[in-house]
Amino acid sequence: MKANCWMGKGLVQIQDVPDPRILNARDAIVRVTKTAICGSDLHLYKGFIPSMRRGDVLGHEFMGEVVELGSGVKNLAVGDRVVVPFPIACGHCSQCERELYSLCENSNPNAWMAEKLWGYSPCGIFGYSHMLGGFAGGQAEYVRVPFADVGPIKVPDNLSDEQVLFLSDILPTGYMAAEACGIQPGDIVAVWGCGPVGQFAIKSAYLLGAERVIAIDRFPYRLRIARERAGAETLNYEEVDVHEALKELTAGRAPDCCIDAVGMEGHAPGIAGAYDRVKQAMMLETDRPVALREAILACRSGGTISVAGVYGGFVDKFPMGAIVNRSLTIKSGQTHVHRYMRPLLNRIERGEIDPTFVITHRRRLHDAPEAFEVFNTKQDECLKVVLTA
Amino acid sequence: MQFHDSRDRGADQLALGLGWFSIALGVAEVAAARGLARVIGIPADEKNTAILQAMGVREISSGLAILAQPRDAKWVWSRVGGDLIDIAFLTSALRAEDADRDRVAGAAAAVLGVTALDVLCARRLSRTGDAERRSCSTHVQQAVTIARPIEEVYGFWSAFENFPRFMGHLESVKRLDERRSRWRAKGPGGTRFEWEAELIEAVENERIAWRSVEGSDVRTSGAVRFHRAPGARGTEVRVDLHYSPPGGALGRGIAWLFGEEPEQQVRDDLRRLKQILEAGEVLLSDGPAMWRPAQPAEDLEQIRTLTGVQQ
Repeated sequence: MKANCWMGKGLVQIQDVPDPRILNARDAIVRVTKTAICGSDLHLYKGFIPSMRRGDVLGHEFMGEVVELGSGVKNLAVGDRVVVPFPIACGHCSQCERELYSLCENSNPNAWMAEKLWGYSPCGIFGYSHMLGGFAGGQAEYVRVPFADVGPIKVPDNLSDEQVLFLSDILPTGYMAAEACGIQPGDIVAVWGCGPVGQFAIKSAYLLGAERVIAIDRFPYRLRIARERAGAETLNYEEVDVHEALKELTAGRAPDCCIDAVGMEGHAPGIAGAYDRVKQAMMLETDRPVALREAILACRSGGTISVAGVYGGFVDKFPMGAIVNRSLTIKSGQTHVHRYMRPLLNRIERGEIDPTFVITHRRRLHDAPEAFEVFNTKQDECLKVVLTA
Repeated sequence: MQFHDSRDRGADQLALGLGWFSIALGVAEVAAARGLARVIGIPADEKNTAILQAMGVREISSGLAILAQPRDAKWVWSRVGGDLIDIAFLTSALRAEDADRDRVAGAAAAVLGVTALDVLCARRLSRTGDAERRSCSTHVQQAVTIARPIEEVYGFWSAFENFPRFMGHLESVKRLDERRSRWRAKGPGGTRFEWEAELIEAVENERIAWRSVEGSDVRTSGAVRFHRAPGARGTEVRVDLHYSPPGGALGRGIAWLFGEEPEQQVRDDLRRLKQILEAGEVLLSDGPAMWRPAQPAEDLEQIRTLTGVQQ
């Protein structure tokens, strides 16, 4: 079959690889109909996530049709149309029982690698490095789905692929980021980053009762989509001092909740941005936490900072003093997708959210390498690429 | 791990000396790069001083590492690597027009002398390290919590023939009678080791212990304790394993079984045990331990072998 493979830093290629087969009784094989490129795929593309190997099949946002089932999967049938959550979870360990699916203790066969970097291992993830399991991803014609009796959700025929595809990752991710804020009536939420996750965080914050949502980015087209499609007020950090502007917009109260939907490759104008770029290039720091620092300093005392953006390793100049002295709470985590798929599918069915508004580019799987570059360099006002396999 | 004392004291002393030498040379290179450039006969221009200072930083860090862990051969090997860089640098300086060739050649000869000393020391340290690994008696303790009732976890463990399903190095365990079983393990290069073990204690839902019978090639014993985890969190499993391999090729084979990191191996074994009891299967990766890319495999047997289990 054809699959989009990581071939080295800055290089992905469509390769011929063997078709996947059932390896475990709880596996399913899914014929991929639609898959997407995630912002976090760009961290892999640019070589910021360790333990990638030439030939790794990428992709963790995908859906399709069940074509084969292992003997242990009783709740699916061949022919079912399913969306697959990006975290792999066994459904039976103590973390899964607490619905903390991205912390599944049994789904990362290479857990020892993650333990070296992070102390303990989170779950395995499709197409996302060897230290997160070394699982072939979904930017391919077929994919093997472990623990298929727990993860995939059947979707109704009256919803299109594009309407439900983002249940695999970015819609629940934006939603969980907003939910973690514990939004109270009257709360103002600030969201750093107007990529697809940021857009869904804005939408979700409103769904969860936020009074106002202020979105921060530097690309006018992304700010425009945040305003027009997600309903946010917007700030361009290249034009205004974000800290002062937020203080002004909130009449000095500061945002009650701050969401970092940027992650490890944050940009900042001036000295601070250059500082992190140099340190990252010299391998003295793995992540550039410019948005996170700003979010911490901008948050109301006693407020919550919710981190949806991906960080991989270590950050520098972390404003711990602000967190301690101003009673700030930081919440984070890879998304526990399984627990949000059903309720968010219901919201899509009821028309409360239409996730298709983030799609700007539609390509064939075959064109994935070109699509990676378009998305990476934000050419042609690219916000989200959906690939048809 | 416990070691017999088989140190090469001379090598230890030599390593300490080399450590101090590294620091002294490094400080000179950093603090007096220009003067040093003149001494070794290369132009004291900006490029050369910068290179010498960088080499100085490297020397100081090598020296500190050696002083901190004088018995670890890898730091002395790192000095050998540094020496090779120095020689390459001096060789290229020899070709430069404005170099004082006699002085550069003299400096290169001095570095070659030090390199010989470094290699000697590193080899002696490596040898004693190997000897220690060969003669070691290994004791590993690891624990895991399994979200299943204690009766089920104990029941699974008390059937020794289940061990190869999660213990990576075991090929089979056959029950001979109520107390005795025959264990078969994989060694390096397709070799096999076999020994007979006897059950020495079995207290239901509390403790199981076994040891190899007198006269076995492999002297090993193990004990597992089971506790109910608080707050209905399942069962705590605590494992103690002892291996005292004999000398010779067989001993090296047994040491190889447990590799450089026996704790890691047992931890992986317990992780697989947890997967079997909680998830019902040992989940296979497409790229076990990064041995192959994360893409579907033609050869499923290869995936199982790399994962170290039979299904």
